[in-house]
Amino acid sequence: MIDSIFLEIAVLLLGIYMLLAESFSKSDDKRGLAKTAIVILTALIGFSFFARVNPAGTDLAKIFYSADPIAFFFKRIALLTTIIVLIMSLEYKSVLAKFIPGVTPGAGLGEFYSLPVFTCAGLMFMASAVDFLLIFVSLELVTISFYVLVAYMRRQSASLEAGVKYLILGALSTGFLVYGITWIFGVTGETNLAAITHVLQTKTVDHAPLLFGIVLVLIGLGFKVAAAPFQIWVPDVYQGAPTPITAFLSVGSKAAGFVVLLRVLVPFLVVPEVSTKVLALLGIMAGATLIYGNLAALPQDNFKRLLAYSSIAHAGYLLVAVASFQSTEASLGSTGVAVGYYLAGYLLMTLLSFLVMIVVAKHSRGDDILHFNGLAKRSPFLAFGLLVAMMSLAGVPSTAGFVGKFLVFLTAVQMQKYTLIGIGFVTVAAGFYYYLRVVAAMYWQEPTDNTPIVIAPLTRFAIGVLILLIFVFGIFPKPIVNSLRGEPPVITVVEPHVAEK
Amino acid sequence: MLSLIIFLPLLAAFAILLGAPGRKTAIGASALQFVLTLFALLGYDKAKGGFQLLSTCPILPEWKLNYAVGVDGLSLVMLFLTAIVTLAAVWVSPKIEKRENLFYACLLFISAGAAGAFASVDLFFFYAFHELALIPTFLLIGLWGTGERFTAAWKITIYLGLGSFVLLIGLVDLYLAVPEASRTFNLIDLQQLAATGIIPAEAQSRPYIFLLIGFGILISLFPFHSWAPPAYASAPAPAAMLHAGVLKKFGLYGLIRVALPLLPEGAKSWAWLLLILLVGNIIYVGFVTIAQKKLDLLLGYSSVMHMGYIFLGIAALNVIGVSGAALLMFAHGLSIAALFAMAGFLREKSPLLALDSFGGLAKAAPWLGFTFGLAAFASIGLPGFANFAGEMTIFFGAFKPAAGLISSNFYLATVFALWGVVVSAVYMLRAYRAIFLGEPGKDIATWSDPAKAMRWPVVLLLAVLLLAGFAPRVFLAYVQPSIEALLPK
Repeated sequence: MIDSIFLEIAVLLLGIYMLLAESFSKSDDKRGLAKTAIVILTALIGFSFFARVNPAGTDLAKIFYSADPIAFFFKRIALLTTIIVLIMSLEYKSVLAKFIPGVTPGAGLGEFYSLPVFTCAGLMFMASAVDFLLIFVSLELVTISFYVLVAYMRRQSASLEAGVKYLILGALSTGFLVYGITWIFGVTGETNLAAITHVLQTKTVDHAPLLFGIVLVLIGLGFKVAAAPFQIWVPDVYQGAPTPITAFLSVGSKAAGFVVLLRVLVPFLVVPEVSTKVLALLGIMAGATLIYGNLAALPQDNFKRLLAYSSIAHAGYLLVAVASFQSTEASLGSTGVAVGYYLAGYLLMTLLSFLVMIVVAKHSRGDDILHFNGLAKRSPFLAFGLLVAMMSLAGVPSTAGFVGKFLVFLTAVQMQKYTLIGIGFVTVAAGFYYYLRVVAAMYWQEPTDNTPIVIAPLTRFAIGVLILLIFVFGIFPKPIVNSLRGEPPVITVVEPHVAEK
Repeated sequence: MLSLIIFLPLLAAFAILLGAPGRKTAIGASALQFVLTLFALLGYDKAKGGFQLLSTCPILPEWKLNYAVGVDGLSLVMLFLTAIVTLAAVWVSPKIEKRENLFYACLLFISAGAAGAFASVDLFFFYAFHELALIPTFLLIGLWGTGERFTAAWKITIYLGLGSFVLLIGLVDLYLAVPEASRTFNLIDLQQLAATGIIPAEAQSRPYIFLLIGFGILISLFPFHSWAPPAYASAPAPAAMLHAGVLKKFGLYGLIRVALPLLPEGAKSWAWLLLILLVGNIIYVGFVTIAQKKLDLLLGYSSVMHMGYIFLGIAALNVIGVSGAALLMFAHGLSIAALFAMAGFLREKSPLLALDSFGGLAKAAPWLGFTFGLAAFASIGLPGFANFAGEMTIFFGAFKPAAGLISSNFYLATVFALWGVVVSAVYMLRAYRAIFLGEPGKDIATWSDPAKAMRWPVVLLLAVLLLAGFAPRVFLAYVQPSIEALLPK
């Protein structure tokens, strides 16, 4: 048994090592570094199962940091995302090299592989953070590496534009967040979430400034998870950023934002007056995000931009679960399980779509939907992969996306949020249209160019694993649900099958 | 055994996708499925009744969510329908020009989805299996369809996606209506719980209306029917056979299996709405059918119209009415599948299927003229066919609805429904006259009957239809005890 903090330390050390190795290595091709990182991060996922589950305590070292089951769950999500983002970056190298000035062909590519590792460390810290200070610091570690990564393709104006937009709005949202934290600190005198809960339970505090502080924090987090009305930056930034980074942004950043949102909300829900107002506000945000994300996705012709809107749409579904918040402990059917499951499914299907898109875009020289025409003929494997991803995103049963949606709406029905469910009817129908457009292009249309697509073995392997996981989690939800609830894995003796009675 | 019936087509579909010969594997798998279903049907112990061949595999024990299959008389008859129509649909598939393997794999996916839904006794899987058919249908219509196939494919997919989502909310609402301690996804347990009155009458109305609309969209209940005719018209014949014949019955089966036993009070409180809508199905859609100029659309609308009768039987909430509904579900599945199969033969000669482009075909293709006539008469509800037995039983049931329902409303609806029989006679006979009677034109005279090998699926469908028409007791003996157990005492 190791302490879970060593996981983060290992990731940080890996990042530093990659930076140093990049500076001193003589070779032009930096892809070896990324491959090393993939191997080490995979090993860390394995190690994470041997780390001690250790919720936050009272002694100093543990005030900031909690190693509860949900934290572990999101740490693994962060690690897995980073691994797949690195695999994507390997595929993306040729595009990247075109837009980066350098004396030698491979110059300036090393950081592209090491920065995601730092982001990963930030995400992992965030998963465990139970104090506003650590939340803020880890959030900044993530965001600042993203500023660099989004604008990485220096010779391409779209990437630079995306970088500037992300920087300005990101800084603004950070401002909101910090300001909110100060107000909450001003009211309660604490930054630790457990301590804040204690204060709110025992003392009477002024509700108006407290609510003001919470609203500011919600605005700050709203930017991070791309919730309406703070979603304006998403389409441009997602479209302009290098594709692996877009994938990272839409998965990692969202997962981290939601785990923080869940943790931050818990203390304030103990006060009934505050909680009804906060949940009502979240409900409005959820409804607006659902409507905006889904309806704006309908006319998109660019697949990358479509996925950006889809990312907003899914933030909406996640917010539905948050707005129907119930039971602070992770029971079945609780918001924690619903959000965690949804994010796990979302991670698989979004990464799968981006991975296929990178391969296709490389061969078709573009990422519009029409570049996917006839993909089923050029590469049945890629087409099937994207078909599975789209089915899951649209929420067709037997995929991970369906189980997530099922859990989300289970909480919504339980809390009688019928307005949100009504909006859900419209948005789910819209979702079927815009996700299946890609499927229609792949299967119905004839390809404009018939050359088969070659896929690198590592990428093929990653796509295969993601397809498999989507189905496995869609049919056997138990492992994920259990890891979210923190039950130790019990090995049960299999009883002889009593079929055919 | 049941799992084998469900997963055999799935495995075959994956094998075909990985390169096994399409047509041969598909026919082999569906023939084997048919034989297995026949064994299950004959092996069912009618004296014992209830659910048999049960087997379970836990998925989420804390939620009492299991993969659980089992059959009673009602689901066996539906499984049998699935197996016959699948075999016929795969067999009559014409030569596929492009991507033959994907075509057969899609057909088998639909069949597996339907079989899984009929055999599941767990709400979650009952729902999930049905949705297995959604994407294959989308691909089938878009890739191998005719006419306005893209529009039709989008329409059916979005409608059914929406319908399934409404249904999902209804099922979740139903699941949560049971007090927390006894919540379960198992249908058999739920049924026993509901018999003890665990879901209070006032809590039944909301889940029921979600279920009615959700299932209603899937069944093409008026006014949610507009996806069905264009989809069936542009789908390739085997897809239309499976969808109109089998998959649409899922919604009706769901109403009988889930909504009636668990939410009987909800069903009573919404009976007035269902009666209005089903008269819309029979009369409004009936007149729309008369106005059709193309055979494929005509058949599509007629299948929507006939759903109205089945709804009437279900609305009556008594054993006679619901048994009649089940019998008509079976009969309609066979007759519409036979009609679409023959429309598929005709389409090979005349892609547009416009009624006025035919005439006198009975002379050039006597076999087709004869069998199409049989199927058309069956569809109208001529005595001797199972459709007649089903419709008659429904009318008897509807004249004496269950206690707590207003009989005068049912009289009115039944009178409308009786006129519907006349309406269906009008359009079917007119279509038959336009296609088969008269003197053949020059090009029609050169047509001939379909090859012998392609004929016997239609013969099989019609033979079962006649058998069930002359001896409806054979099927009612399976259906009726199950329905007695399902309906509240």
